[in-house]
Amino acid sequence: MRLVILDNYDLASEWAAKYICNRIIQFKPGQDRYFTLGLPTGSTPLGCYKKLIEYHKNGDLSFKYVKTFNMDEYVGLPRNHPESYHSYMWNNFFKHIDIDPNNAHILDGNAADLQAECDAFEKKIKEAGGIDLFVGEGIGPDGHIAFNEPGSSLVSRTRLKTLAMDTILANAKYFDGDLSKVPTMALTVGVGTVMDAREVMILITGAHKAFALYKAIEEGVNHMWTVSAFQQHPRTIFVCDEDATLELRVKTVKYFKGLMHVHNKLVDPLYSMKEGD
Amino acid sequence: MRRGQGAARASVLQFTNCRLLRGGTLLREDLWVREGRVLDPEKLFFDERRLADKQKDCGGCILAPGFIDVQINGGFGVDFSQATEDVGSGVALVARKILSHGVTAFCPTLVTSPPEVYHKVLPQIPVKRGGPHGAGVIGVHLEGPFISRQKRGAHPEAYVRSFEANAFHDVLATYGSLDNVCILTLAPELGRSHEVIQELTARGIRVSLGHSVADLRTAEDAMQSGATFITHLFNAMLPFHHRDPGIVGLLTSDQVPPGRHIFYGMIADGIHTNPAALRIAHRAHPQGLVLVTDAIPALGLGNGRHTLGQQVVEVDGLSAYVAGTKTLCGSIAPMDVCVRHFLQTTGCSVESALESASLHPAQLLGLEKHKGTLDFGADADSPVQPPTLVWLPAWSTSLGLSVPTSWRWGWGCDMAPRPHCCLPPDFVVLDDALHVQATYISGELVWQAEMARQ
Repeated sequence: MRLVILDNYDLASEWAAKYICNRIIQFKPGQDRYFTLGLPTGSTPLGCYKKLIEYHKNGDLSFKYVKTFNMDEYVGLPRNHPESYHSYMWNNFFKHIDIDPNNAHILDGNAADLQAECDAFEKKIKEAGGIDLFVGEGIGPDGHIAFNEPGSSLVSRTRLKTLAMDTILANAKYFDGDLSKVPTMALTVGVGTVMDAREVMILITGAHKAFALYKAIEEGVNHMWTVSAFQQHPRTIFVCDEDATLELRVKTVKYFKGLMHVHNKLVDPLYSMKEGD
Repeated sequence: MRRGQGAARASVLQFTNCRLLRGGTLLREDLWVREGRVLDPEKLFFDERRLADKQKDCGGCILAPGFIDVQINGGFGVDFSQATEDVGSGVALVARKILSHGVTAFCPTLVTSPPEVYHKVLPQIPVKRGGPHGAGVIGVHLEGPFISRQKRGAHPEAYVRSFEANAFHDVLATYGSLDNVCILTLAPELGRSHEVIQELTARGIRVSLGHSVADLRTAEDAMQSGATFITHLFNAMLPFHHRDPGIVGLLTSDQVPPGRHIFYGMIADGIHTNPAALRIAHRAHPQGLVLVTDAIPALGLGNGRHTLGQQVVEVDGLSAYVAGTKTLCGSIAPMDVCVRHFLQTTGCSVESALESASLHPAQLLGLEKHKGTLDFGADADSPVQPPTLVWLPAWSTSLGLSVPTSWRWGWGCDMAPRPHCCLPPDFVVLDDALHVQATYISGELVWQAEMARQ
């Protein structure tokens, strides 16, 4: 695991965006060689998306040969509802970049057969050759990955989940604070689905995530803190801000901060498609 | 380029790097258009899996709905109230010329005239769609002759009349036919005005109060009967009085029928209304303010003598008087000048200024579902038409416009009963000083500043 600690949210978002940018460019995507990216939603990755859009608008990064798979989507929420993850991805990312709409995959929470939809999603990932980099976020105060709430199997696949009360409460702010309006079910990739990715990057910012981060990396692998599963993934990066490390041991933080010069080599130099990489 | 699997193969155009006037605010959004409809790009992306075929960088400009002028008496030497054999040509000339002012739809206005003029002229001004030929004609605005003699302003006294004798029959006898009419200005203090107002309203004609000495009570009664507009507020009516605000009091009247509010025309040319008065009206009731030009035939002609109705007028700069008097007889300020002046004088937001020239007149005429807004058009199989547009770039140089000329906007209308509802969405390009640079009607470039200078 790499634990990349930046001073604040903006710097953490930027580091993450640079990493994604470099990974895509170094992969040299093309007509027959698409870079597959797993994508999150929520407030945490917004800064990262903004930076990626910036790189795109500067001409440094193109998503023409990138395929994306989002982690989750609410069930029963109309697709054009402002809080649906389709709307989120469109407004915060897709509409600003040059991705081919056929390559942007998001689970359909209004599908007639939800399980079939989940199975089809898994199939699409497989057909795309698996995911090169799965970006996750949030983890919530309960350390979940996507909507794999506490108690989810660590080998789970894409499926329908009922949301935990914590999650519903946390989401209420997006629904005018009205709990009755918050969806109670969602389709989500499983822990196992994300574990299958060749690389995983989790963004964790804010003091309210600190305890979950501690549980995720300093305690054991536990299905009550599903993000802890990535301790067993060969290539995981946790990108955090200072506040998210508040519950970690000083020793842990010092160790990883000491490695920042190594971590920074992953984002510096920042590559650009302009240079014909 | 990318090809989606959607059934609609028509070209999708995306106006990028612009600010849309949507929902009363300027949003940093792109405008997506296909075959005459404003598209919801999110649906296009997820349903049709398509991107735009062509993009147009707007350089950070503003896109807003097209200007609608509901009171214009003529212009460029044309007098709508003059009974000639070929009124249509005059209307067409004005329609073409006002494109350069950002006006994409208008109501040719006839001042107080004898019946024979109406009988001859009205049938020659049919409702007409806008196009390469010019701005759309929504319908005629009849300003008079059922007005107050005392407040006739520049209207000829000889032809002022009342409908006390036979109410609506007098109205029909005077005008001949009301088929092409969409607004009618009258003085509500005239006897039997309630019957007339009710009958006109039932026929879908907007009744406007003006050239009147009505007190507030009379004006409120007229509103209850169906009147929804005030013709050039402050002008040709009793001045505001704190114990009887008169027609002006309608702006804050508590007798407005629920779900409605009064609209009022303002000539914001810097001459007809003192800036302080303009601000008072705007602050009292910003949602009802409708910018009008009340332009006379001298619009666009320059200083000198010109005709208006049955009278001669003198133009000096931005002022136009009845020849030999100090009575104002209409404005010669183009609509975009009015919008600029209004913005500057009231200090209102750009959104508010733009809506006063587009959304509000559209609402007055009941067209707001189709014009005056930039909301998404309905699905491709729906007959609802998208709105008009005014495009305001942030720079004033040549825009390098390279819009395909093969666009055609679709038609569809579900509004009854007035036929003027079927108007296409139009674009107007303005620089940051709000000077019109280019105009599009039905997606075609129909006027451009550079072309005009050649």
